[in-house]
Amino acid sequence: METGHRRRREREHDETPLDSTYDHAAVEAVLEAHGRDPARLLPILHDVQGRLGQVPRGSVRQLGRALGRSRAEIHGVVGFYHDLRWEPAGRTTLRLCVAESCQAAGVRALVPLVEELVGCRLGETSVDGAITLEAAYCLGLCTCSPAAMLDAEVVGRLDESGVRELVAAARAEL
Amino acid sequence: MTTVVHIPADAGSVAVGAEWVAVAIAELAAARDQPVTIRRPGTRGAFWLEPLVEVETPSGRVAYGPVAPTDLPGLLDAGLLDGASGHPLYLGTTDEIPWLASQTRVTFARCGVIEPLDLDAYRANGGLAGLERALAMEPAAVIDAVEQSGLRGRGGAAFPTGVKWRTAAEAPATRRYIAINADEGDSGTFADRMLLEGDPFAVLEGMAIAAHAIVADTGFVYIRSEYPHGVRIVEEAIVAARTAGWLGTDALGPGRAFDVEVRVGAGAYICGEETSMLESIEGKRGQIRPKPPVPAISGLWGMPTVVQNVVTIASVPPILAGGPAAYAELGVGRSRGTITAQLAGNIARPGLVEVPFGATLGELVDDYGGGTRSGRPVRAVQVGGPLGAYVDEDMLELPVDYEALAEARAMLGHGGLVVFDDTVDMAEQARFAMEFCSIESCGKCTPCRIGSVRGRELIEQIIRGEEVETSHRLLLRLCDLMEHASLCALGGLTPLPVLSALRLFPEDFGLAREAAHVV
Repeated sequence: METGHRRRREREHDETPLDSTYDHAAVEAVLEAHGRDPARLLPILHDVQGRLGQVPRGSVRQLGRALGRSRAEIHGVVGFYHDLRWEPAGRTTLRLCVAESCQAAGVRALVPLVEELVGCRLGETSVDGAITLEAAYCLGLCTCSPAAMLDAEVVGRLDESGVRELVAAARAEL
Repeated sequence: MTTVVHIPADAGSVAVGAEWVAVAIAELAAARDQPVTIRRPGTRGAFWLEPLVEVETPSGRVAYGPVAPTDLPGLLDAGLLDGASGHPLYLGTTDEIPWLASQTRVTFARCGVIEPLDLDAYRANGGLAGLERALAMEPAAVIDAVEQSGLRGRGGAAFPTGVKWRTAAEAPATRRYIAINADEGDSGTFADRMLLEGDPFAVLEGMAIAAHAIVADTGFVYIRSEYPHGVRIVEEAIVAARTAGWLGTDALGPGRAFDVEVRVGAGAYICGEETSMLESIEGKRGQIRPKPPVPAISGLWGMPTVVQNVVTIASVPPILAGGPAAYAELGVGRSRGTITAQLAGNIARPGLVEVPFGATLGELVDDYGGGTRSGRPVRAVQVGGPLGAYVDEDMLELPVDYEALAEARAMLGHGGLVVFDDTVDMAEQARFAMEFCSIESCGKCTPCRIGSVRGRELIEQIIRGEEVETSHRLLLRLCDLMEHASLCALGGLTPLPVLSALRLFPEDFGLAREAAHVV
């Protein structure tokens, strides 16, 4: 109890200046839009990432302070979800489904080609920062496996030439 | 007179070119001075015919498919806009296509027929009749009706819906919640997505009925981030329902508010587990909560919460509208009503098949599915998602029935069937099952968090031929531990695909048949 009290007091009186590596005002605006409701942490984090392309590590303090939650809690939530990222993604994100339905339809043979064309492994961003390549575990497009999503655009019935077109489209979007 | 043409806007149709077809038809028809009105419903679920183009004629809708934009000049020449029969892609009246006509569409009756946000069309096609009937009944009578229908949760656990509602209604509380689980992460499943995109009002209507029954004022629809189209459509549907007055203040009668909010997931398979989803809605890590207490007693913020899958809640309005007896008449044993099987993977005719429980897996895979797309023999079918068992050809005689499948050491799950041909390496599939569990484990319990990593390593050892017997024995013990000591279904069911692969396809692991039968 004692420590809990002290911790809470420390949080309330945390006067440490916010670090200057990110846009405080943007985070503040998101917090404001959600009424600083701690139960809305997930929508808040989605919106922060939507505006800044990432959840800046430094923003954890600002979020915790505004929502009355510890930095560890905020950090733990960001770290838990695959979609939330500390570092910004590439300019486009290509999500290739590698789950069972797409495996049955031959996606395993396409993975090396995709990685070669993009120039990085699944889960990485190409060196030029153009494309983030992600493995997805089902996009709900199992009737046209193998399937992928290029940002919000859906693509199905992928084969070798389809993959070439898709990666070309990802580069063309820049 | 303008001709009405329907082209699905479902993500599964768009992924195979429906958007291009819609644009091309409008342009080509305009160039020919043939006025057309393009409507964009969801999909009927016959994905092997997508993009499916339907033309309204005096004798009903006439279908063509699968249509590529390059087919369109020929189709228009052949009289597509008059519903003419001359073209090879002509399929006849949509309602008479045998693949669709032989199904029993209850929950998916409107999906693909009406535009998802057209509330007038929703009403004209039976929508809101269930809610109106429910609001004229006492809450307890609504629960009785749901119980009499025999409806069980379609998300995988198959828990009786009426019992869940009664538990929540009778639990003493100041507030109660409805939470809809649209975190459809199982590979091979897309029924939830089809409803979210194709008939969102049915989900909201079901929620309103549940809210009346258990006296709740707030509902959540938790949709995975992989479904951005579904998120947008449900959000728009909520606004439309508020405008029409059946969500929001006085939605369920004077002084009886009920409103719904969409929550978007953030890429965590485990949030399809109901207690993880509740944690996520509360703004926490999606880690599971030990049960008991069940969410119906202590759910969101400690209050009684009815958690239902999308398909389950959308089945409630037709049950109320048509009466529970009509629904309960369908099915076999304790599996009443219809099952929405989803055919995926290496399959010639993928799609959604809604039929009464009792149809066999073989009828689904062979008769509806038409065997493999590759044309090679079917070797294995994974039933019920990544945590479901693999079955072999002999097991295709099994009926789709919760109890019959459980007896055969398989499970129906959310109804997904992923078909593999004879080129599949079942040892690799078993390895992937463990790997998937290790990627998606929430980390709360050791059997799942560590067990899945050790399981993957053991299967890799077996594949490499290292200490095969010892590794095999250890793997069996590990599976037993995971099954019995994990806190939730992720760790508890991952052994199912692994053990079924070992039992049915030992040769893929380099094991003798006799060795595998100790399983």
